Amino acid sequence: MSAPYAKLPAWVDYGLIPLINLAVAFIVAGLVVLLVGENPFRAAAILVEGAFGRGQGIAFTLYYATTFIFSGLSVAVAFHCGLFNIGGEGQGYIAGLGIAIACLALDSILPWWALFPIAIAAAALFGALWALIPAWLQAKRGSHIVITTIMFNFIAASVMVYMLVDVIKPPGSMAPQTRLFLEGAQLPRLNWLIEMFGLGRIRSAPFNISFILALAMAWLVWLLIWRTRLGYEMRTYGFSPKAARYAGISETRIIIVAMMISGALAGMMALNPTMGDQHNVALDFVSGAGFVGIAVALMGRSHPVGIILAALLFGMLYQGGAELSFEMPNISRDMIVIIQGLVILFAGALEHMFRPAIQTLFASFSPRSVGMTEGKGA
Amino acid sequence: MDVFNIVIQTLDSTIRLSVPLLLACLAGLYSERSGIFDIGLEGKMLAGAFASAAAASVFHSAWLGLGMGILISVGLALVHGFASITHRGNQIVSGVAINFIAAGSTIILGQAWFQQGGRTPALAPSERFEAITFPGATALREVPVLGPIYAELISGHSLLVYVAFLAVPFTWWVLFRTRFGLRLRAVGENPAAVDTAGISVEWLRYRAVICTGVLTGIAGAYLAMVQNAGFVKDMTAGKGFIALAALIFAKWKPVNAMFACLLFGFLDALSIRLQGSPLPFIGRVPAQFMQALPYVLTVVLLAGFIGKAIPPKAGGVPYVKER
Repeated sequence: MSAPYAKLPAWVDYGLIPLINLAVAFIVAGLVVLLVGENPFRAAAILVEGAFGRGQGIAFTLYYATTFIFSGLSVAVAFHCGLFNIGGEGQGYIAGLGIAIACLALDSILPWWALFPIAIAAAALFGALWALIPAWLQAKRGSHIVITTIMFNFIAASVMVYMLVDVIKPPGSMAPQTRLFLEGAQLPRLNWLIEMFGLGRIRSAPFNISFILALAMAWLVWLLIWRTRLGYEMRTYGFSPKAARYAGISETRIIIVAMMISGALAGMMALNPTMGDQHNVALDFVSGAGFVGIAVALMGRSHPVGIILAALLFGMLYQGGAELSFEMPNISRDMIVIIQGLVILFAGALEHMFRPAIQTLFASFSPRSVGMTEGKGA
Repeated sequence: MDVFNIVIQTLDSTIRLSVPLLLACLAGLYSERSGIFDIGLEGKMLAGAFASAAAASVFHSAWLGLGMGILISVGLALVHGFASITHRGNQIVSGVAINFIAAGSTIILGQAWFQQGGRTPALAPSERFEAITFPGATALREVPVLGPIYAELISGHSLLVYVAFLAVPFTWWVLFRTRFGLRLRAVGENPAAVDTAGISVEWLRYRAVICTGVLTGIAGAYLAMVQNAGFVKDMTAGKGFIALAALIFAKWKPVNAMFACLLFGFLDALSIRLQGSPLPFIGRVPAQFMQALPYVLTVVLLAGFIGKAIPPKAGGVPYVKER
């Protein structure tokens, strides 16, 4: 999108401004902590200590980060194509169905390394198919993708409640979830990786091999977006649909492909909590991770490296937030939801708020660095 | 006679369930007609519900509760305006942010202030908007057919229910019969033309989002003070999005909005009433199917299979004066 703003040095654009936005989001979050009568600095200290203090904490942080890398990448791929996929939550939820089918059918026959690729494919397929209808409607009928993906989140929730309560639930069981997966559908833990660094014995953290898959996907997304023809076409369409049309890029194809990749990534997010941690598919197992992806992608500026860093930050917030709620009963895990909202607000909707001021600042001592003689803001 | 009673009761709960949808839907109408997409209806309604219940229980006054609900909701609407009008940010992103901020802060503040697990204290009858019984409603109840309709459907609702339904003709009048409404619609279609005429696009859009805030505030107050006696965490439960669906379903028109909301409210009432009991001809319908129906209908409508929903032309696009 052509921003009506003067050019700034790259380190300001990709380093300073996002950091300022993030800092403001955390300052406002600190004010909320103050409002409930706790000390924000102490809260921050407990949070960081809880997330990185011991090996156990680090393992949990990385476990949460795994899910957020997937959902962040999912949102980012769509962003590059100028599409806002708000449906990651639903795509991930439906992907749980694919995982359930694959795991329930094969977990007694196959070892985990044979079942894992099948489950990845199933999750990606279900996620991609759930994104296909909104994508097709956007491409062919011009229905706004934001609205349709929101609707599909709700439809996914209804479908999954129906499937889990009325179809998949083992007979005689009360809880709306599948039976426990057998050995074959339980992903190996990676906790030894952290123990190797001498960070203490980890008892029961669910940090597992899907973290490696997440990193691999981040690399693949980078490859796709910046090193392939398809990625170039997606970025072209995202930058200017008119130019893309003029260049002979098929609008229908690019929207559908981008959304299906986005949906597949959102679908893979379901592997981590189901096969990696709970060893079943339960009601509401996604629990908002798809929405966290929006904050992660915005904060990471839709770049895989940024997304990994942002996912780690949110992983830290989730893990540290759990510790925090023990220490400060007034601050529950829901504090993260506020922080998430503030990050989305300041790093997303208000990303240009501080730009004019910074521009003026730069122009005042080095007009050339701004690329214009006068940093005319708004 | 029994069937008749069931029908009356279902229609009565249809009205009650569609009121928050209707208020939120009309709220979205003002904003979207002015060219500001608002998917933060849910968050504003939730914040309004919390603020109104909290204020009503602290000050022991339903009216102060309503006022506080509107105030907080307008505040969030202004944040949305600040991001999307003044700073020309992405309106969808801003709306998402507001939903999260409202969802998190209502729980955190509720727990910190009232220590009841995110609830506010139960409101006494005097702290709520109670049902208004129209003159003669009890006397006429025994009259066959018309009596129950008058006593159950028309009379016996809270003040906010009548406010919601009166807001429909009022909104129609504002949008289509006043100068403000004409400009509001114009700014959503072609802001440059409005600007050329010497009218401030920004101020006009700000007024539109304030209207949105007022109405979502009332919607929230209805949820917390009429439908329930106090705030429960996440009590909007997606109603803001159903309202958004209804708005699209109504093709951004106030009277259509009322019928869309009544339809979605009816589906809700029906699924509560059926609760798994079988329907004639169709058999047992899963409750989830009924819950998903509004969303499915909206998607089908959006797909253009039953008429085409064309949003305001400038919707979602920040207005840049220089170009």
